[in-house]
Amino acid sequence: MSKKSTPGLNTSSMSDISFLLLAFFLMVSNINTDMGIARRLPPPLPPDFTPPEVRERNIFQVKINRNDRILFNKEVGDISLLKDRAKEFLGNPQDRDDLPQKEVINIPLLGNYPVSKGVISLQNDRGTSYDTYFRVQNELTAAINEMRDELSREKFNRPYKDLDQDHKDAIDKAIPVAISEAEPKNTGGTK
Amino acid sequence: MARFKQKNDKGTPALNMGSMSDIIFMLLFFFMVITTMRESSLFVKITPPKGSEVTKLEKKSLVSYINIGVPQDSYTAKYGTEPRIQLDDQIADVADIRQFVELEKSSRSEEDSQLLTFAIKADGKVKMGMISDIKQELRAASALKIFYNASREARK
Repeated sequence: MSKKSTPGLNTSSMSDISFLLLAFFLMVSNINTDMGIARRLPPPLPPDFTPPEVRERNIFQVKINRNDRILFNKEVGDISLLKDRAKEFLGNPQDRDDLPQKEVINIPLLGNYPVSKGVISLQNDRGTSYDTYFRVQNELTAAINEMRDELSREKFNRPYKDLDQDHKDAIDKAIPVAISEAEPKNTGGTK
Repeated sequence: MARFKQKNDKGTPALNMGSMSDIIFMLLFFFMVITTMRESSLFVKITPPKGSEVTKLEKKSLVSYINIGVPQDSYTAKYGTEPRIQLDDQIADVADIRQFVELEKSSRSEEDSQLLTFAIKADGKVKMGMISDIKQELRAASALKIFYNASREARK
């Protein structure tokens, strides 16, 4: 009996080593799913730029003052109403005279679609808190997202999030993100 | 020939630890896959606002962060108690943003620099004056893709 089997390696410290590695990676990494709202800033204006005339019926003014109070449709309103007002303004389902005009544009996959000429004008004060500003942006985004979803269900019988990129682009063209941000006012006098 | 009586006190047998390391390695790989490296430590306190319409930020490699908030307690002596801007790992002023944009753009390839997104990670209590200034600087530096960081909240 000279044939000895190889002795088993002592692997108990292996787990300690891998634990150490695990702990290291847990420390240096973070599970962050960055969430938020993407926006596009307008390009810098040339010095001789004159803003185009926009009819009053095509503008929906949203103002936030330095006390975080919100004004839309020329009256102080609660943020919970903002989404429905914005939808009513952008959609203009009954083609009312005091709500925005529409322009029929030929969009691939959708055909001729009346695209609203309405623009939401958002103006805040230098003293407005970022939190309120963001919640207003969120409500306006919610209005646009809901309208896109409704249109998608009507035309393609599917929710917007299940569409492929081409169909999404068509819907995006029909309901654009029409939010214009004015230069902030400085009524508070603080920097 | 003496015969020895076998002892009866055997003790508990050793546990087989061979598969332990496999399990831990599995955990390790799991964490390595789902996480990203922490890029820089924050000097400022940030409690982002909450929103229901938030979407995921795509393509982490094409994102630069602009952190805005009140300096953390251990840094108040150095940076004060007013909201400050943190670019990469240093506290900066609004005027430094243009240079920061140039730096971030030049560190990426030509076509990638067009797709670069600047994520504004600001505390909810920061005043909009500061953020407007930053947005104006970004516009002037023609960095037009921005992203407002927030955390998700279900719609009431």
